[in-house]
Amino acid sequence: MSIYSTLTPEQFDAIGQELDAIRNREIADLGEKDEKYIRNLIKRQRQLEVAGRGLLMVGFLPPAWLAGVACLSAAKILDNMEIGHNVMHGQYDWMGDKNISSRNFDWDNTCTNTAWKQTHNYEHHTYTNVLDKDHDIGYGILRMSDEQEWEPRFLLNPILAVILSTFFQHFVAVQSLKLEDYLIYKTKTKEELKAEFKPTWKKMRKQLVKDYLMFPALAGPFAPFVFAGNVAANLARNLWSSQVIFNGHFPEEVEQFPESVLQDESRGHWYVRQMLGSANFEGGRLMHIMSGNLSFQIEHHLFPDIPAHRYAKISPEVKAICEKYGLPYNTGSFMRQSLSVWKRIVKLSLPGKGKGSDKGLRGKVVSLMGESQSAVRKAA
Amino acid sequence: MSATTPTSRRFQQGLNRLLQSRVADVLSYPHGVDRYLEVFNPLWSAKEVRARVDAVQHLTADSVTLTLTPNSNWQGFVPGQYVQLTVSINGKLHTRCYSPANSLYRKDGSIEITAKAHADGFVSRYLRDVVRVGDVVTLSQSGGEFALPEQRPERVLLISGGSGITPVMSMLRTLCDEGYQGEITFLHYANRAQDMIYASEVNEIATHFDNVTLLRAFADESEGGELSGLFSSEHLFKSVPDFAQATAFLCGPPPMMAAVEKVWDEQGISDRLHKEQFTLATAAVDDGGSAEGEVRFVRSETLVTNDGKTLLEQAEAAGLNPESGCRMGICYSCTCKKTAGKIRDLRTGEISSGDEEDIQLCVSVPVGTVALDI
Ligand code: FES
Repeated sequence: MSIYSTLTPEQFDAIGQELDAIRNREIADLGEKDEKYIRNLIKRQRQLEVAGRGLLMVGFLPPAWLAGVACLSAAKILDNMEIGHNVMHGQYDWMGDKNISSRNFDWDNTCTNTAWKQTHNYEHHTYTNVLDKDHDIGYGILRMSDEQEWEPRFLLNPILAVILSTFFQHFVAVQSLKLEDYLIYKTKTKEELKAEFKPTWKKMRKQLVKDYLMFPALAGPFAPFVFAGNVAANLARNLWSSQVIFNGHFPEEVEQFPESVLQDESRGHWYVRQMLGSANFEGGRLMHIMSGNLSFQIEHHLFPDIPAHRYAKISPEVKAICEKYGLPYNTGSFMRQSLSVWKRIVKLSLPGKGKGSDKGLRGKVVSLMGESQSAVRKAA
Repeated sequence: MSATTPTSRRFQQGLNRLLQSRVADVLSYPHGVDRYLEVFNPLWSAKEVRARVDAVQHLTADSVTLTLTPNSNWQGFVPGQYVQLTVSINGKLHTRCYSPANSLYRKDGSIEITAKAHADGFVSRYLRDVVRVGDVVTLSQSGGEFALPEQRPERVLLISGGSGITPVMSMLRTLCDEGYQGEITFLHYANRAQDMIYASEVNEIATHFDNVTLLRAFADESEGGELSGLFSSEHLFKSVPDFAQATAFLCGPPPMMAAVEKVWDEQGISDRLHKEQFTLATAAVDDGGSAEGEVRFVRSETLVTNDGKTLLEQAEAAGLNPESGCRMGICYSCTCKKTAGKIRDLRTGEISSGDEEDIQLCVSVPVGTVALDI
């Protein structure tokens, strides 16, 4: 039996109220401290980026090349995770600074602000871990749930996962297109796809021109060093961010839900689903910052618009609430969570149920899964 | 980055052209050049006007006078015009309009603004109590129709009340600096003599320049002004008999402005009166939570009566189609700019300020009349 179905409606309400109280308290406390934090971080990020790009200009010297790649990778990771991801969640909208707002911020990534807010802020955060609603379950490429019907292509699940990680920014950029609807399920026409791809392509082009044409050109004869350095930095960012994100939702104990849970879902239910559908990982301050505080994925899913540097402080309270109501609080070392994720990826490459059998909710899912996948997709 | 010598100015212009070029744009994508420049020096910017606070003075007990040195993006102003000044207070940006009070001929290129700290003047109190020399603030370019005409009028009448003195002070200083020959009457209203900003300087100017007449009106006669009490037409008829021939410039609190305007209207010479509404008369807001007022969707030129539902629902009911997603306040796709009015956040119950700011439509209900940029 899933713990999800053992709670009484009153308990759900109580959980909702306790978590709302935390949220209200933190929101009321927003101020200079948060402003300083984000402005300082942005400053560091921009400095690292300038340093990294500068060092790569003299990248024919091996130590400079290595240092340049390190700086630029760190800059891109900070830009995407602790800054971009969090700013686009509206965590700093209250500051009234158009350069640090969810409406205007754009990141060093091929995904557009609008597409990201659609697939991530809206679909993923609203329908977290709900099959067929949360596209982050496998990104339309992988089989990440045993309730997802097995297809022969999933034999390549681990390889597909490596490809996904390697080109993560591009996959995220085209995620809103739901490519598999065109390529595999044939529910989308080429024309529709083309029209949707236009704004994304515009951004992709700019990013590619910057990293692979303009900056190398600036270095003149040393262009290949800059080019290679930029490839390395983008790759480092892709691998790191995809692993952080996988660890947040795919460790083996994390629950997934059938679409039926969404019916008349209360605030308390929604909160509980967020807690059961997310996992944390442990680490020092640097680890938290470099992962955009997604190491506190549980707290992030409860309070996506509270400045992420506050999650560390909130987490003991969330943990206490989980204990009080007998809910799991899924956490572990980065290594442990990563291994668990990859175990799941490998297991699910084979047909059949990849996980244990005692999932109370699963019974309800069966009827849903009876419908063909594409039919459900079309409806969605 | 304030340009001084010709060479450094040329260098500056070249640098600015480079920073505003397509190449710089591509290299700094998607953040833009300014986001990198400001990291190294908060005054550096390819486009924005930023200014360093070079002096903080308190000419009266409740006012503050700031001397601001802008970067090279500042394009100057016409006496009477205002600038928007933005400061960060407890993490949040706030913008207010202030009229520079300095002469156009000020040598060091600095801008002088004076703010009076009202009891509810959140920003002005911050300027008075917290701002220090060395701080950097953001400015807009100057704007506003209230300005000294390039073709100087033959006879000038400057009327001000309270902190409304600043734009006319700039006019007075400028006219004196350029050797203006016509008659100037400076008519100012203040509660008490000690509340009058620039009192001693105006006095000096009046003594030094024969063509300047100073008329001070304080609430009480014992304060020693040339006049006393609130503005009245008698003041004009008695002390400025030729007021109808003058080009008048008026800035002060709304009731005083209304009284002055009435006289000019009655005389049928309202085209000779230039005015600046210094404090915007804001509509009273009902905090009780009953649905009142209206919702104005400015860009789509639509207006509905506030029915107390969320702004997202009201916008949709009005046939508009603002972006939205979760409808529960988490995805921020419904964020839009509120240009005026207050809203209540349904989650926290908190009521916002009446300032321009970004809000989430799906969790906001209007408190009184609200204007939105959709
Ligand atoms: S619709 Fe998602 S925040 Fe308003």
